[in-house]
Amino acid sequence: MNQQSQYSEAAVKVENLEKTFGAFTAVNRISFEVKKGEIFGFLGPNGAGKSTTIRMLCGLLTPTSGAGTVGGFNIMKDQELIKQHIGYMSQKFSLYDDLTVEENIEFYSGIYRLSKKEKEERMEEVIKQAGIEDFRKNLTRALSGGWKQRLALGCAILHKPNIIFLDEPTSGVDPITRANFWSIIKEMAGRGVTVFVTTHYMDEAENCDRMTLIYKGTIIAMGTPEEMKTDIMKDDILEVRVPGADEWIDKLESLPGVKDAALFSTTIHTVVENAKIGSASIEAAFKMAGVKDYSVNKIRPSLEDVFVSSIEKYDKEHPAK
Amino acid sequence: MAVIKTTNLTRKFGDLTAVDNLNIEIPEGEIFGLVGPDGAGKTTTMRLLTGILDPTAGEGWVYGRHIVKEAETLKDNIAYMSQRFGLYEDLTVIENINFYADIYCVPDSERAAKIEKLLGFSNLTPFKERLAGRLSGGMKQKLGLACALIHTPKVLFLDEPTNGVDPVSRRDFWRILHNLLKEKVTIFYSTSYLDEAERCKRVGLIHKGRLLRCDTPEEIKKETGTKSLEEAFVSIIGEYESAKSV
Repeated sequence: MNQQSQYSEAAVKVENLEKTFGAFTAVNRISFEVKKGEIFGFLGPNGAGKSTTIRMLCGLLTPTSGAGTVGGFNIMKDQELIKQHIGYMSQKFSLYDDLTVEENIEFYSGIYRLSKKEKEERMEEVIKQAGIEDFRKNLTRALSGGWKQRLALGCAILHKPNIIFLDEPTSGVDPITRANFWSIIKEMAGRGVTVFVTTHYMDEAENCDRMTLIYKGTIIAMGTPEEMKTDIMKDDILEVRVPGADEWIDKLESLPGVKDAALFSTTIHTVVENAKIGSASIEAAFKMAGVKDYSVNKIRPSLEDVFVSSIEKYDKEHPAK
Repeated sequence: MAVIKTTNLTRKFGDLTAVDNLNIEIPEGEIFGLVGPDGAGKTTTMRLLTGILDPTAGEGWVYGRHIVKEAETLKDNIAYMSQRFGLYEDLTVIENINFYADIYCVPDSERAAKIEKLLGFSNLTPFKERLAGRLSGGMKQKLGLACALIHTPKVLFLDEPTNGVDPVSRRDFWRILHNLLKEKVTIFYSTSYLDEAERCKRVGLIHKGRLLRCDTPEEIKKETGTKSLEEAFVSIIGEYESAKSV
């Protein structure tokens, strides 16, 4: 099951990939490449085309046009081969609640046609990796969200795929569980497995080596987390400290050059076109109001800031008809 | 005066203590974030404070009403949006809101103005004739909030409201919450997402039913010497667990 592609160094490569449903273009000629062993984040709001893309990459949906390979296999023609060589885990986990942990693993071993010996080996490896030794005879229904998630991951990689697709794998899972999950993912990537992951959670996207942001079927930004925050993000973020911050949100937002102001606990984060001009105008407003006890500092944008700014920029440049 | 106050609030389920001697005080107009792992006691706390579940011991008051003795009148002043807020998918947006207006006995004379305001503030006006089942996740959640707000509650309880909602919709949602804070509504917000908790004025970290820390995000980070609430959270829980195992 471990044969690698002889055609391509990239684990995933697509060119001008397009999918239309009637008059609606779900994915609009996108191109990107994912390297072997890379953790690649695929981000975008609901309805942006994330799931359609994943389904084309997993051999579940035939593209309308374009070309691409996954693990060296052609996404237009070799869909059955792709399915045998990849792992897929969705947010719904697809586990049988009324089967035990071991029975779920056995069921998936059957689907992936593992031999008896492989099955026994993989069962132990997967149970150990997920840390669910104590629950092997328990019904899956009785497991907490975090254990279920790790079991689902284990079931998705029973056949040792070289590429795994994770579709919002951590929706509604708590931080400690998520941290554990990501350490498993990173360990897999360290062993050369390529990880393609979609998520809504930007703190989670920080774990990716590279990411792309898809919106209205189009790729609007791509890079490492660092590049996203520096090259891609054109706006600056200022952290404003002022007594009674809540009272200042509307006033700051109405200043020239300030695009957005939002309360973060006791401080205000403002999005400005330019840090110097923005802080000058905010400070002038405070001085005029006789406020002395304030500070305005440029801070690094979060990935969420980059996400929202990129989308707003795209909408401005492509007004709806 | 504290809008939410508890003294040694405790709830047991058999041998399990889901909420263990909780003491909190939340002033009017504050947004308070309750964070903690799955099974820490977040939802049980919400249910105790909203008069749905009775405590095993201890007491609590919400907007001056006792959570056990005045559980019924307590409900006049609060709204609770649970993780599975009941929207009727085969009713339209406006029909859902009207349904909740009936449940809360909102008088006809006030209804039209309130509905117009809620639709406007949640940007749902253009979709008012759409079936709720056909809304996106972010829009459903805003409709849930609009329904929860139909009786103009003074205290709003939100149990992990943004699970599975994308960043753009989450920003809209927070904008609505800030407008409510301006009207002095007190918001009790539970989340397992710590970047979201950074937006709350104060945060309570609950683990195994116990409130381990309660302060502004800034103080919690300063005290633990961490850069994010996520790091602080992992460090505080780690410390608690290792102290217990000694």
